[in-house]
Amino acid sequence: MSELVLLGDEALALGAIDAGISSAYGYPGTPSSEIMEYLLNYTKKNDGIFASWCSNEKTAYEEALGTSIVGKRVLVTMKHVGLNVAADPFMNSALLDIRGGLVIAVADDPGMHSSQGEQDSRYFSAFARIMCFEPRNQQETYEMTREAFEVSEKFHIPVMIRIVTRLAHSRAVVNTSAARAQNELKKTDNTLGWMLLPALARRNWAALLEQQADFEKYTTESDYNPLSINKDFSEFGVITTGLGRNYYDEASTELTHKPSHLHISAYPVPAEKVRKLCGAVKRVVVIEEGCTFVEDYLRGYLKQSVEIAGKQDGALPITGELNPDNIRPALGLETRSGLNTDMELPGRPPQLCQGCPHADTYAALNEARTAFDESIVTSDIGCYSLGALPPHKAIETIICMGASIGTAKGAAEAGFGPAVAVIGDSTFLHSGISPLVDAISCGTPMTVIILDNGTVAMTGGQETILPSSRLHTLIEGIGIDPDHIRTITPLKKHHDENVEILKTEMKYQGISVIIALRECIETAKKHKTGGSK
Amino acid sequence: MTYDIILAGVGGQGVLSVAAGIATGAMLQGLNVRQSEVHGMAQRGGAVMSHLRISDEIIHGDLVGKGSADMILSMEPLEALRYLDYLKPDGKLVTASSPVINIPNYPDEAEILKNVEATGVAVVIDAKAIAKESGNMRASNMAMVGAASSYLPIKQDIIEEAIKQMFRSKGETIIQQNIKAFRIGRA
Repeated sequence: MSELVLLGDEALALGAIDAGISSAYGYPGTPSSEIMEYLLNYTKKNDGIFASWCSNEKTAYEEALGTSIVGKRVLVTMKHVGLNVAADPFMNSALLDIRGGLVIAVADDPGMHSSQGEQDSRYFSAFARIMCFEPRNQQETYEMTREAFEVSEKFHIPVMIRIVTRLAHSRAVVNTSAARAQNELKKTDNTLGWMLLPALARRNWAALLEQQADFEKYTTESDYNPLSINKDFSEFGVITTGLGRNYYDEASTELTHKPSHLHISAYPVPAEKVRKLCGAVKRVVVIEEGCTFVEDYLRGYLKQSVEIAGKQDGALPITGELNPDNIRPALGLETRSGLNTDMELPGRPPQLCQGCPHADTYAALNEARTAFDESIVTSDIGCYSLGALPPHKAIETIICMGASIGTAKGAAEAGFGPAVAVIGDSTFLHSGISPLVDAISCGTPMTVIILDNGTVAMTGGQETILPSSRLHTLIEGIGIDPDHIRTITPLKKHHDENVEILKTEMKYQGISVIIALRECIETAKKHKTGGSK
Repeated sequence: MTYDIILAGVGGQGVLSVAAGIATGAMLQGLNVRQSEVHGMAQRGGAVMSHLRISDEIIHGDLVGKGSADMILSMEPLEALRYLDYLKPDGKLVTASSPVINIPNYPDEAEILKNVEATGVAVVIDAKAIAKESGNMRASNMAMVGAASSYLPIKQDIIEEAIKQMFRSKGETIIQQNIKAFRIGRA
C-alpha cells in the first residue's frame, strides 16, 4: 500500500500498529529501543494507542497482560537479557487463556555489540512452549509481526518475535498493507484461564502440551518455513535460520550445484520438514544466527544417518554473529580477503563523553578509596559501565541490571568493606530498589552511589521513569537515615568536597546513599538546542 | 550491479549522516539500499563502522564481505586503515586527513598517512579545510560525501537533492553550506 524506509525495529513497531494494537510497553535496551521510540513518536501524532516505557521488563510484561485480559492487542518490547527480568510473567503467561493478541518482541545481540551476553531468545520460546517468529529482513519483520498477532489469538498464547542487532539497526524499504482495526474492549469470560492456582495451572499446562502438535502443524505448513529438495544433488543440504539465509543466498550463487534447502523462521521447529531434508542428503550444514538452537534439536531428531555440520563441530563459529565470510568454509567456498597494512593499529574502545558527570564521580571515588587499605566497588549496566576502562578503572563488577547493590551487600555481610555499589538512576529504578530494601532490613554497612544524570543515557536518552526530584524522597521513604543520604554535584570544582563526603560515608558503619546529581551532557545539549538532533 | 561501502569513523563524528546522505541519494535514483547502523555502547567515542550496500538488484544481506567493498569511506585516517581487509584490490579508500586523537597510544600522524597512501588506492581529503571554506565546520561530513560521490553510481544532482532533503528542517543557509562543501569535496 505504501513504501517506507525503516529500521528493523521500526518495521516491527509499524507491523504492530497495523495489526491493531491498543497498547505497547517496554524497557529500553540496545538493540530493541527504537521499537518503542517509533511507537512513542506515533502516539504523539495519532490517537488510539497507548505506549509507555516502564520501570523494567517485568512490569512491562505484566501491564501488557492487563491489556490482553480485556481483549485488546498489545506489544511488549525488550532486549534479550530483559527477558530474563520478565521471565516470571513470561513463562507463566504461556498457561493463560490469551484472547487479546499478546506479542513479545525480543531483540537479541549476537556478537554482543552492546550487551553482557549473546543468549538466544528462541530457547525461551521453546522453554515456555509457545510459538516464535524470526524474520530476516525489514519486510518480513513487518509481516511476521502482523502474523504473530493472528497466531496469538488463534492459539490463545503469547507469541514471540525474535530479531537481532543487524536487523534491528539496518534500514530497508518496507511495503505496508491496510491496517486492521483494534479489538473491542471486552474482559475475558474465562477468568479461570487467568488464575494459575496449582489445580488450574496443571490443567492449563496439560492443554498447552496438547496444543504442541497444532503449533507444529502450523509451522510445517507455513510458507515461512520453505523447503526445496534438489534430487540431483545429495552431497549436502542446508538449513538456515534468520539472517543466516541472507548470507547463504549470496554465497550460494557461487556453488556449482544448488543444494536442497530448508529455511526456518517459524517455531516450533518443523520436524517433518527437517527429516525430509536430511533424508535427501549425506551431510547437512546448519547456518543459524545465534546459538545452536536448531542444530541441537537436529542432533536429537533424526532417525536417518546424516553428517551434521554446524557450530557444535566447528564448521561455523560458535560465538559471535554470522557474516558473509564465516559461513563460507562450511559450504566449501574459499575464504576471501582484501587489502592490508603492516601498521599495528591501536584499538579505540568506547569511552565516556567529554564532560560526562560520571567521570567526575569516578575521579572522586578513586581518590576516596585511597584512604582505605582495601575496598570493593560493584557496578551496573549503563554508560557508567565504561568506568571499568582506563583512565577511570573505577569499578570492579558488571553483571546485570541492578546487581551492583545486592553484590555489594553480600560482600559487606561476608565482612569485606568498605563495599560501594555504583548504579545509574534508571537502573536503580529498574531493579535497584529491591536489593536496597534488603540492605535496609539487614542494616548492612555499605555505600550506594546513585549516578543521577536524569536520563536513560546509554540507550539514547529516554526519560527515566521518575524524575530526579523524587529520588531523594523515595530513598528516605524506604528507611535510609536522612543524615546518610548525601547529594553531591560531580564537577571538578567540587572534587575535594566530594572526596570527603565519599570517605565519610564509606567509613560509616551503616547504610548510606550518595546521589551524584548532574544532567547527562548529551541530554543537556539536546535541551539547549530545543530537542532536535 | 552492487556497490558496497564500508563507512568508518569515531563515534560522534557523524558516520550515520554520511551514510544517510548517500543512501537517500541512491534511493532517489531508484536503487535498492541496505544500511546497517551502529547504536548503543559502541557510539561513545569508540571506533565505529557501518555497512552501506547499493544495488539495482535484490540485496540479501546487511553486511559487506571481506575483499568485497568497492569503497571504504572514513572520517578519520587511523580508522581508514582498520577495515582494509574489506576492500577490493581495485576499490577506493577515501578518507579525511584530520585525526581524532582520543586514545593515549595514537600513532604518529605522518606514519598513518604514509600507510594510507601505501594502499595505492587512497584519496585523502582535508575535510576540515573544506568545511571551513563552506562556512560551516559541521559540513565536513558532506565534504566527504562529495569526495566519495565521483566514484558512486549516483548522479551528482541527485545526491545534492538528497542533501537538501536531509537539511531541509535546518534552513536555507545550512543547506547551501552543505551543498558548497559537497561540491568542493567532489572537485
